[in-house]
Amino acid sequence: MIFKAEDYMVGETAWCPGCGNFAIREALAEALGELRLPSHEVVIFSGIGQAAKIPHYLKVNGFNGLHGRALPPAVGSRAANKDLQVIVESGDGDSYGEGGNHFIHNIRRNPDIAHFVHDNQVYGLTKGQASPTSEPGMKTGVQVSGVSMPALNPLSLALTMGAGFVARCFSVEKEHLKETMKQAINFPGYALIDILQPCVSFNKVNTFGWYKKRIYFPEIEDSQDWIQAMEYSLQWGDKIPLGIFYNNPRLTFESSQKALAGEPLCRRPFDPQEVAALQDEFY
Amino acid sequence: MDLNILVGGAAGQGMETVMNILGKSLVREGFGIIYTKDYMSRVRGGHNFSRLRIASGTPWSTVEKIDILVALNEETYYLHRDHLPPSARVIYDPQEFSLPESEQRGIPVELKKIAEESGGRVMANTVAVGALLVLMGLGTATVEGLLQEMFATKEGVAEKNVSALKSGYNAAASFCNACFTMPPKSNDSGRKLFIDGNQVLGMSALASGCRFLSAYPMTPSTGIMNYLAGKSTDYPVVVEQAEDEIAAINMALGASYTGIRALTCTSGGGFALMVEGLSLAGMTETPLVVIVAMRPGPATGLPTRTEQGDLEFVIHGGHGEFPRAVLSATSQEDAFYRLNKAFDLADRHQTPVIFLSDQSFADTHRSIEPFDFSRLRYDRALAEEGKFEKPYKRYRVTDSGISPRIIPGEHTGEVVLIDSDEHDEKGNITESDRVRRMMAEKRMRKLEGLAGEMDEPDLYGDSHPEVLLIGWGSTYGVMREAVDALSNSGTKTAMLHFSDLYPLPTQRLQDLLKEVGKSYCVENNATGQLARLIRRETGLQTSGLILKYDGRPFLPREIVEEVENDF
Repeated sequence: MIFKAEDYMVGETAWCPGCGNFAIREALAEALGELRLPSHEVVIFSGIGQAAKIPHYLKVNGFNGLHGRALPPAVGSRAANKDLQVIVESGDGDSYGEGGNHFIHNIRRNPDIAHFVHDNQVYGLTKGQASPTSEPGMKTGVQVSGVSMPALNPLSLALTMGAGFVARCFSVEKEHLKETMKQAINFPGYALIDILQPCVSFNKVNTFGWYKKRIYFPEIEDSQDWIQAMEYSLQWGDKIPLGIFYNNPRLTFESSQKALAGEPLCRRPFDPQEVAALQDEFY
Repeated sequence: MDLNILVGGAAGQGMETVMNILGKSLVREGFGIIYTKDYMSRVRGGHNFSRLRIASGTPWSTVEKIDILVALNEETYYLHRDHLPPSARVIYDPQEFSLPESEQRGIPVELKKIAEESGGRVMANTVAVGALLVLMGLGTATVEGLLQEMFATKEGVAEKNVSALKSGYNAAASFCNACFTMPPKSNDSGRKLFIDGNQVLGMSALASGCRFLSAYPMTPSTGIMNYLAGKSTDYPVVVEQAEDEIAAINMALGASYTGIRALTCTSGGGFALMVEGLSLAGMTETPLVVIVAMRPGPATGLPTRTEQGDLEFVIHGGHGEFPRAVLSATSQEDAFYRLNKAFDLADRHQTPVIFLSDQSFADTHRSIEPFDFSRLRYDRALAEEGKFEKPYKRYRVTDSGISPRIIPGEHTGEVVLIDSDEHDEKGNITESDRVRRMMAEKRMRKLEGLAGEMDEPDLYGDSHPEVLLIGWGSTYGVMREAVDALSNSGTKTAMLHFSDLYPLPTQRLQDLLKEVGKSYCVENNATGQLARLIRRETGLQTSGLILKYDGRPFLPREIVEEVENDF
């Protein structure tokens, strides 16, 4: 088997020229190749939005489900076949808005899933409304007087919910993104990368130039220091740190399920007559 | 002949455990019984009661008459005394309350005092069982055996309960020893099960090879979740409590897509949250079974009561047009095989199947014949290597509308792509008008296949009836009793009872409705939803409706009276 990035790249994309999604897709294809993961052993779950179209553009198994609902089916699939590499990929509106409840509770549940959020701080597919991560004051066709709510901070939220792997990347820093993706995929448990990306069509505030001036790579010596991770997660404004802020595994969903020890459930044979003794307790 | 026991008290008085022990011991002794629960949506206080009816052969429903009333509090006596015939007896604790002086039927047993003397107040119900046994003229041996089994791992608990049981027996013996004649025991000596509806469904799911249940607790479906969770340490099944019903159905779909049989269960309000996911199952052609245990709505309604108000909702729930099947739970005997059929249909037709239960079915125990596990089907209907085109196309168009299905990860180099957007044969997004038409037709062809798999309704009663009762789901038992009662009083009556509801099987209905004089749809709802479905599918109309929508199941008498009043 040849694990070249271009082998994973299929389909004709429907993204705007200059969209950050192209670099994210390439970084993921390269990461899969370098991890030598065969196409049929990887599955991407996504919701709805521009980012969520990615299962159509990579040759892996794909479940392009409902808006906001990418995480729940990914959890179900972990129960069915723990040998598959499960990635969830969706936008900020999908992951943090419509899917907010699933985001919170799956951090707690801690399934072995790599969650890559394409965070462009705006709704693309519905053409330019505010997302949960939009900057206060940003004006849109709906938020006509500017966004009045503070932005949701996905990394701080994830840390307070007990996430074991929390990172921030920037789509333009592709090499860093690829290496972080590899670590997230290999991390045992829920791993979040909030990937900052410009939206050339709808976000006129957080542009390529805006990010380029602010991003930096801090030296993180101890990625198990939770307080320090919280501090990095809260840094936003003149300086925006990138990197793996926290990396500290804990008990996963899979290891807490007795039924998941041994062969994946989907491969176990079954005959109803083997379990006829189930009715004995009712005699 | 029959014997009817009612045990009533406040929530939290621990009636359930003790009624289970009594019921089970009666079944072991060879009696036919039904045991129903009427409970309030609260953890403490209020008025809860259980009815236990013993009859020759397993009774199909409980009745209003009470032969022995166990009143754990004063309220219970006053709420139920109108249904006590002169021969009845009332077991009560004289330390708790006094019966009125005119009441001659009392059996005072110091339930709490005796329990304390045996080792703890919590055993007051065990004392009451001892008293019940002596009234019925039965010994304590079978119950003692059960207590030993039940508390085998808890040091000393069984012994204390046996002591409480015997003391209760002795305390009541001086008032009334064997003052009731028991109905005859069953002739065959084979073992019988004593099981409630939710336990039947949980066991059927496990025996159907279901490996995953995701659900959010909601009465009256929670018992299914409890059953499967209880098995998850010994059997290969994952039970996950979801953060909401939206997550529950989407988790189940992810599990099904990845290759295992998956289930979710809920009640009407939870199903309302699931319908977008149901539509996703239809669009992505992912097998899924959803058990909807109905309770009265709208909104929160009556959480612990029963209704058949969601038939139209489950047939129509979910946006867009997609094929589905709707089956229902009638009797414990049928439901075990019927839910297996739901899993089988979902896999073979690659679409959601809804199984309708309700509180009355879920919480009713009956004594029944053991199940025959060899009748259960387990056919995943997956395409084997060499039996599908490469590269694999998840939505290959076929005459039946059913595409060869493989699961992710099991075929080197082949990937499985499913999409909630309209898609082409490979699963990729499309907006082509031609492909859209082709895919819509492909999906809906599966409905024709499903229609061919629906069982005609069960026909019971007179072969040339003057009166035909038509029903569905949990009313099966009570309608049978009504048919027998009407027939015995000279009205030739039959019933047609639907288990498979959608696509509605219509042949037997069309044949019978033409011949019969009077026909009634008997439904636990306010508008006659099955009657409307019948009219829609056949153009036929019943001559009347017999409806009940106070949250309680029908009594046989109520159906009989409605029919007789119409003559």
